[in-house]
Amino acid sequence: MRRVRRASASAFKMDALTVHRLHFAFTVTFHYIFPQLTMGLALLLVVLKTMALRTGNEHYNRAARFWARIFAINFAMGVVTGIPMEFQFGTNWARFSKSAGGVIGQTLAMEGVFSFFMESSFLGLFLFGEKKLGPRGHWLAGFLVFLGSWLSGFFIVATDAWMQHPVGYALGPRGEILLTSFWGLLLNPWLLWQYLHNMMGAVVTGSFAMAAVGAFYLLVKREQPYGQTFVRVGVIAGIVSAVLMLFPTGDGQGKNIALHQPPTLAAMEGLFKTEAGAPLALIGQPDVEQRRLDNPLEVPRALSFLTYRRWMAQVKGLDAFPPDRWPDNIPLLYFSYHIMVGLGTIFIAVMALAAVELWRGRLFAQRKVLWLLMLSAPFPYIANTAGWITAEAGRQPWLIYGLMRTHEGVSPHVSAGNALFTLIGFMGMYVVLAILFLLLVYQEIDHGPEAA
Amino acid sequence: MQTVWFMLVAVMIAVYVVLDGFDLGAGIIHLLVARTDRERRQVLRSIGPVWDGNEVWLLAGGGTLYFAFPALYASSFSGFYLPLMMVLWLLILRGISIEFRNHIDSLVWKPFWDVVFGGASALLAIFFGAALGNVVRGVPLDDANEFFLPLWTNFGIGREVGILDWYTVLVALAAFATLLVHGALWVALKTDGELERRARKAAQAGWWALLPLTAAITWYSFAIQPRLGASFGARPWGYVFPLLAVAGLIGMRALDRRSLAPFLCSSLFIVGMLTSAAFGLYPYVLPSNIDPRLGLTVYNASAAPYGLKVGLAWFIPGMLLTTGYFVYTYRSFAGKVAVEDEGY
Repeated sequence: MRRVRRASASAFKMDALTVHRLHFAFTVTFHYIFPQLTMGLALLLVVLKTMALRTGNEHYNRAARFWARIFAINFAMGVVTGIPMEFQFGTNWARFSKSAGGVIGQTLAMEGVFSFFMESSFLGLFLFGEKKLGPRGHWLAGFLVFLGSWLSGFFIVATDAWMQHPVGYALGPRGEILLTSFWGLLLNPWLLWQYLHNMMGAVVTGSFAMAAVGAFYLLVKREQPYGQTFVRVGVIAGIVSAVLMLFPTGDGQGKNIALHQPPTLAAMEGLFKTEAGAPLALIGQPDVEQRRLDNPLEVPRALSFLTYRRWMAQVKGLDAFPPDRWPDNIPLLYFSYHIMVGLGTIFIAVMALAAVELWRGRLFAQRKVLWLLMLSAPFPYIANTAGWITAEAGRQPWLIYGLMRTHEGVSPHVSAGNALFTLIGFMGMYVVLAILFLLLVYQEIDHGPEAA
Repeated sequence: MQTVWFMLVAVMIAVYVVLDGFDLGAGIIHLLVARTDRERRQVLRSIGPVWDGNEVWLLAGGGTLYFAFPALYASSFSGFYLPLMMVLWLLILRGISIEFRNHIDSLVWKPFWDVVFGGASALLAIFFGAALGNVVRGVPLDDANEFFLPLWTNFGIGREVGILDWYTVLVALAAFATLLVHGALWVALKTDGELERRARKAAQAGWWALLPLTAAITWYSFAIQPRLGASFGARPWGYVFPLLAVAGLIGMRALDRRSLAPFLCSSLFIVGMLTSAAFGLYPYVLPSNIDPRLGLTVYNASAAPYGLKVGLAWFIPGMLLTTGYFVYTYRSFAGKVAVEDEGY
């Protein structure tokens, strides 16, 4: 017998909390399209500059300059869409900022002081100062841009890690959250795997982008020496990072969740009932009302093994936790997690195929594999986005896990109407930005590496 | 400790206004003084390698404010919600106009971004001025130190204030004139020929507007915010800050026009005005315009002592490093710009 769905009875309401959540979700999702390429490409730029320095071959310098032009467009997009992120902690999440600002303000301020200044100063020198700096100085400027962008990622993930797994704090007399251990904050056990997993995700995006542009040049038979360089660097970096993303970083992150957020693990996996020898669902649709997974395709006992390294280990399902501790959007969490893992697996397969062909020296003539590489470029963006949705939807219903509920953090005086106004404004603005970005990047690719 | 962080945040904001101020100012005069494509490329080239780093001072200053005075960050950012969001949009438009203008050589593409650059820069100067005006005037904080201000009400300075009233509009105009002069002096310093001459003329004209505006906001500020008079009365050594501003204002006109001196004097003027405001408001960081007891001070808005103490341990070496990068960058790009020597 089917139970009548309660949700259908209530009208669609957009209260202030919903709008504030959508506001942050929309702006941060759009923002993170850019930093993932910045961080991945920064590493690959250092690789190209190192090859130029070691071989003395101008070819690699030209290759680096070409990617620096795309890097600059992408970086500018990351900067202008990133400033709203820091502001929104105060504008839309004032109660959260007031309580937790003394803790996460540390990492956010450190990001500004240690990474943004480094990144922006040396990017200026990298883009405008090649002649003045000389080859070694220019390499160093590139390296510092890389270091700055990876430090920036560290401080942001440290901030998120604290919200996922708060450590090193005490509660003050007025309920405010006081920092008690600076090193606790920076050495949060949650942080290491989440950071490395995230950075590998960024390298995957950068590698696929570079390989895709190289494959494009080879397919249209233009700029072929560059096409070969880009495919070679992209595929080698791609296979390494795609494997590291799964193991040990993805595995380590999964164990973090199993240990510290067990309801989230159950929701991600679509496991409604506690089981010994729990199966791993490859596909299926969670039906939260009926508390079951529809149309499942499962690997028996695999979830127990992956989580605890024992085939018959007991994995807690959602039924082991009170519903008010369940993530509040289980289908979103389940699908984003499965999309991330599914794509991550496909990335390893694609890059392994390309790497074997590269090793055999046949890749540059294998048009089918080149097509595959070219068309794969958008998918790391989807996987990275899905990964972050998994992390953030998985943290719900908490803003700071176990400490502050999401609804407790919003700005009490910013109405739904005012927040909707600015959300619509950002949506319009970002559509324009997206079109401009695609236009300019396409134009750079079309001009090619030989253009001055 | 709170007072130390108050000074550090004030310094960061002042450095931000001096540095990003000249590239905002360059944007304000962009359409006025640079007529040909070559001249406009010169203006952009004069700020190209540094504008992004300058803007980071806003982010780093914001971050520092966030961790040192979380209650102030929360209260002011949510209270000034609408204008801050508009500032964000303007920063986005301005940033992409600088970066994207030279990517496509077309008679519709470039003029479009020139207008966006000029317009967004001018509006940002006005918004920042209005923000300063709001902080000096005070806002209607409630018992939880929270408030929300509409963009405007009736432009009067009563209990029902808006972001824009006659006072904040006046401060906004003064900020606009200040940054116009500041940017014009920078462009004059970095360019040559006809462009340099026009920039110098713009700086002169702007100075004559700045003079009465400075006098007016000084008088008006003391009139509406009694805290200012009380502070200077209690600690007369604080008059050194307004004296710095006066020295800068005079120096801009009097010193050798060909040298770096007028630009430095303009910087001095900005620092003098901002530190005067900070000194006058201290210990308040956001006063209440209704009841002084409800105002946010360095004491009731700050983070816990432990956080402030460890913060100092990384902040000082971090800022020393940063100063190193900036000195190096500015030295690398010292002198007049040559358009032919473009970046990528």
